[in-house]
Amino acid sequence: MPGTVQSIERAAAILRTLAGGPGRLGLTEIARTLDLAKGTTHGILRTLQLVGFVEQDRVSGQYQLGGALLHLGTSYLDINELRSRSINWADPLAARSGESVRIGTVLEGRVLVVHHVFRPDDTFQTLDVGTLLPLHATALGKVLLAYRAGGPPPDLEAFTRLTLTDAKALGTALEGVRDAGWAGEVEEFLLGQAAVAAPIRGYGGLVVGAIGISGPVDRVCDSRYRPRPHLVGYVRDAARAISRDLGAAR
Amino acid sequence: MTDRYVVAIDQGTTSTRCIVFDRRGQLVSLAQQEHKQYFPRPGWVEHDAMEIWRNVERLAPRVLSRAGIGLGQVAAVGIANQRETTVIWDRVTGVPIGRAIIWQDTRTDSLVHTLASSPAAKDVSETSGLPLATYFSGPRLRWMLDHTPGLRERAERGEVLCGTMETWLIWNLTGRAQHVTDVTNASRTMLLDVRSLDWSERALDFFGIPRAMLPAVRPSIGGFGTASEGFPGVRIGAALGDQQAALFGQTCFTPGEAKCTYGTGSFLLLNTGADLIHPENGLLSTVAYQIAGERAVYALEGSIAITGSLVQWFRDQLELISSAPEIETLARTVADNGGCYIVPAFSGLYAPYWRSEARGVIVGLTSYITKGHLARAVLEATAWQTREVVDAMNANSGLALTTLKVDGGMTADNLLMQMIADVLDVPLVRPLAVETVSLGAAYAAGLAVGYWPDLDGLRRNWHIAGQWMPAMDPAVRSAEYANWRRAVERTFDWIQPA
Repeated sequence: MPGTVQSIERAAAILRTLAGGPGRLGLTEIARTLDLAKGTTHGILRTLQLVGFVEQDRVSGQYQLGGALLHLGTSYLDINELRSRSINWADPLAARSGESVRIGTVLEGRVLVVHHVFRPDDTFQTLDVGTLLPLHATALGKVLLAYRAGGPPPDLEAFTRLTLTDAKALGTALEGVRDAGWAGEVEEFLLGQAAVAAPIRGYGGLVVGAIGISGPVDRVCDSRYRPRPHLVGYVRDAARAISRDLGAAR
Repeated sequence: MTDRYVVAIDQGTTSTRCIVFDRRGQLVSLAQQEHKQYFPRPGWVEHDAMEIWRNVERLAPRVLSRAGIGLGQVAAVGIANQRETTVIWDRVTGVPIGRAIIWQDTRTDSLVHTLASSPAAKDVSETSGLPLATYFSGPRLRWMLDHTPGLRERAERGEVLCGTMETWLIWNLTGRAQHVTDVTNASRTMLLDVRSLDWSERALDFFGIPRAMLPAVRPSIGGFGTASEGFPGVRIGAALGDQQAALFGQTCFTPGEAKCTYGTGSFLLLNTGADLIHPENGLLSTVAYQIAGERAVYALEGSIAITGSLVQWFRDQLELISSAPEIETLARTVADNGGCYIVPAFSGLYAPYWRSEARGVIVGLTSYITKGHLARAVLEATAWQTREVVDAMNANSGLALTTLKVDGGMTADNLLMQMIADVLDVPLVRPLAVETVSLGAAYAAGLAVGYWPDLDGLRRNWHIAGQWMPAMDPAVRSAEYANWRRAVERTFDWIQPA
């Protein structure tokens, strides 16, 4: 049998202690209850605090269970529910941007398209709900990767000359996505095509999907080959509106 | 110049929503509040009209602040409302004399049965364009007059007023200045002469309704006064029944254009122009809209009582899913219905049958059936009910439907939309505005105040947002349709006359 991870066992014990206690508990109390060194206990509490499983009262310095822990069991969002809750904001995004809109979530290492709004020019288009797209080569996928624990997918297939196939370069790009709050895609998946996407946050701020627009490079990008700022603004506004409806804090 | 907007109030069966629209007909902000559903007895469904008015008062500032706009930027307010729902209130205190009775309510069943045996019943159906049924407001008003002590005398003295929900809201919005209804809502009472567009003396006699309690009938698009409450200073440009509003929002302005809205119930309306088509096969003839100073435009309607509310029942009463959209997830766990059919005749069957004595059935149950099959049967019930209405519509109008414009909350269900395209064998098209009920009210109100110049201007805002193509083996389609019809027959004659 493979060995257990001691610090996780200790973290679990701390959470159980907080859950079983009368209210908030101080560092000394927790350490004494579990017969742990105060330094070790403090280190684990700080980590738990960072991931939101534990909160520290600012006045007393005592600890209690964090809000993120309470929502662990309820953060799952059904994909059909995500579509249903997004539809009112995806339509105006298509109307304002003049481009097609897609909403995606992660399914088995790829982007699953859960909603698609046609480009509003009344040309013949086909619904591609249910289609799978690569995570690393699309704006939707990069948003989903950026806010997801764990490394990039192992197989970084090249779709064009511009696809990010180097794990390090992708890592840097994802950091940029987290800083900016949106992701771009310029001829990284399909030649001549560009896209912009932003995160949809569910209850507690967890990223549950991504919404984005895509279209020809000359329409989506400016002369410097960068997505046009007003389009980025429309995408982020739509993502924020859906997130607000889903109960995200911000 | 600051941008101007139009606000729609969509007073629906389960909730009231206020939505701000921009000049392109796109949603800018939305505020929504559900209201309580009262089920005091089997077959009875009621709302508290005062709660609904308070919700409108609360939603008005909320939707404007979410849009970041002031009252001065609102060009007009339009109302779309649940139809046939009826309320009576005191003219002086403004307090309802009881709860509003909802369109789904079947308490007038035996009253309708008695009225049907009167020789005048056929004339009233002919004048109003509607079959005598519990669905409409007239029998409901009669029931309230019969069952509230002293109410008839008060009604005759003009101490109480009645109306459908738009009448109630306009009366409150205008600070009790306007007691009016629009022609589309009035055409759902059985009290309106659908040709002259005024109350029919013969129908009022037949139902025993004092004229003094009725609102004045106005064109749908024109003037309903200026609001002093909720949206003070803003003109109320239009009021339409929700389904007529959806037809308008889908810009079905030309005879032959049709839409189906999938909500609590589902309603297929076909624009028939200035001609009132004699309804057959369980369809209704109804007023689609009337612009002030112009002739009314008529529609043929196929009404289905239970579609989205079957999904709600599946969620709330059977508790097999926790949210309505999850029905699709559950239905996709199986490849077909496993031989199981659900016919949701919860309050009888509407078009094309109009059988108020029918009650729902689940047939084809075997030990093989899982909740996944039941979920599929729930969605298929909506698809087959649409097929029956489309068949009736094609037969009645002599036209064959070539595409169906769809809208409403259930269009978010891709599996259902594909099923409907499959069983109808025509493409389904969703416009770039799923909230067509609200949009129609906004369009109508904006048109009334000159915010939009004309119908063509509105039509240019309409774009395809999604399309589902039929892909079902014709042999499977006809076999399944035959099974569905056998299932429907099993709902008939369940309620026996007392």
